[in-house]
Amino acid sequence: MGIEEKAGNLGVVTTSLEYVVNWGRTNAMWPLLFGLACCAIEMMGAQSANYDLSRFGMEINRASPRQADLMIVAGRVSRKMAPVVRRLYDQMSDPKWVVAMGDCAACGGVFNNYAIVQGVDEVVPVDVYVAGCPPRPEALIDGIMMLHEKVMREKISGVKERPITISQPLLQVEVAKKHG
Amino acid sequence: MDNPTLLSRIRARFPQAVRSSTEFRGALSIDLHADAYADLVTWLRDEPTLRYDFLENICGVDYLGRTPRFEVVAHLVSMQHLHRVCLKVGLPEHNPTIASLTPLFATANYQERETYDLLGIIFTGHPSLTRILMPDDWIGHPQRKDHPLGDEEVAFTFNQEQIYARKPFARE
Repeated sequence: MGIEEKAGNLGVVTTSLEYVVNWGRTNAMWPLLFGLACCAIEMMGAQSANYDLSRFGMEINRASPRQADLMIVAGRVSRKMAPVVRRLYDQMSDPKWVVAMGDCAACGGVFNNYAIVQGVDEVVPVDVYVAGCPPRPEALIDGIMMLHEKVMREKISGVKERPITISQPLLQVEVAKKHG
Repeated sequence: MDNPTLLSRIRARFPQAVRSSTEFRGALSIDLHADAYADLVTWLRDEPTLRYDFLENICGVDYLGRTPRFEVVAHLVSMQHLHRVCLKVGLPEHNPTIASLTPLFATANYQERETYDLLGIIFTGHPSLTRILMPDDWIGHPQRKDHPLGDEEVAFTFNQEQIYARKPFARE
C-alpha cells in the first residue's frame, strides 16, 4: 500500500524533458523582493491572503537576486535608479524573467519628464507588460499567468520566444498612412 | 522682537545691505545685496540680542525673464526671541554665485547642494558642492525654467513605429 503500487498501476508515464523542466520553472518562480513605488503595494496585496500568490509557488520573495527567477518592476524607475535595477537583473541567475508592472514601468506613465526612465525596457528586457495605474492584484496575477504560459512554450535550448508582432496592422495606422 | 525693530537694526548695522523689504501677513522678507549676505547672516546668528540661530531652509528660485533671474531664499528663526525672517538675494543669470552658509549652519550643506544641482547656483565656500539628487554625470540643471519639460515623444498607434525604431531597448 503506497505510492509504488499506485504508480505501478499507472504503468509507464512518458513526457518530454522540455515539458517537465518548464513545468518546474513555472511552479516555483520566486520573485525578487523589491518595490519602487505605489505598484509595490498592489504587489504586496497580490501576495497576501486575499489573492494568495503562493497558489502558484510564488510565496517567497527572495531578498537576494542570486536566488530569484522573476523581477517584478513595480513602479517608476528614476534615471538614478536605472543602473541599480540593471545591476540587480545582471546578478540574477539564468533563467530569469521580467514583468513590467504598471504604466510607469511599461512606458513612463504620467511621468513624461527628465527624471523617469520612459519604460523599463530601456534598462532590462521585459517579458510581460501589465497595464494599470496601479494594476489591481488580479491584473498582476493575470500577467504572471501569461508569463507562465510563455515559459511553458520555451525550448529546452533556453532560447526565449520572439516578441509577438501584430501581423495585421491596426486600423489607425492604415488611416494615418493614407493621410500622410 | 518685531519686524520694524529688526529692520531698523539691520539698516543701522549694514546701511548698504538692504535693497528693499516687504511685509505680508506679519512675515518680514528682506531683499539683500549679495556681497553683504554672509556677514549679515553671521551677525544675525551671533548678536546676543538677536540670536537667529536656526536656518529653517535655504532654496533657490528661477524667475525666468526677470533681472536678476535667480534668487536664493533663506529663512532664519530666532528660538530665543520667537521671530522669523526671510532673506532674499537676487543673482544675475550670467554669474549666479553666492557665499555658502554651510560654515555657519551645518544644515545648509545638503540644501545648498540641492539648489546647485537643480538650479545651478554656485555657493562659494561650500565644502563639497556636488550633485545630490541627479546622477553624477547629468548635464544641465533640470529645475531651471528653460529646461525642457517632456523627455520622450509619446508613442501612439500612428507614430509608434518611428519612435520604437530609435528607442534604445535593453538587451539580455
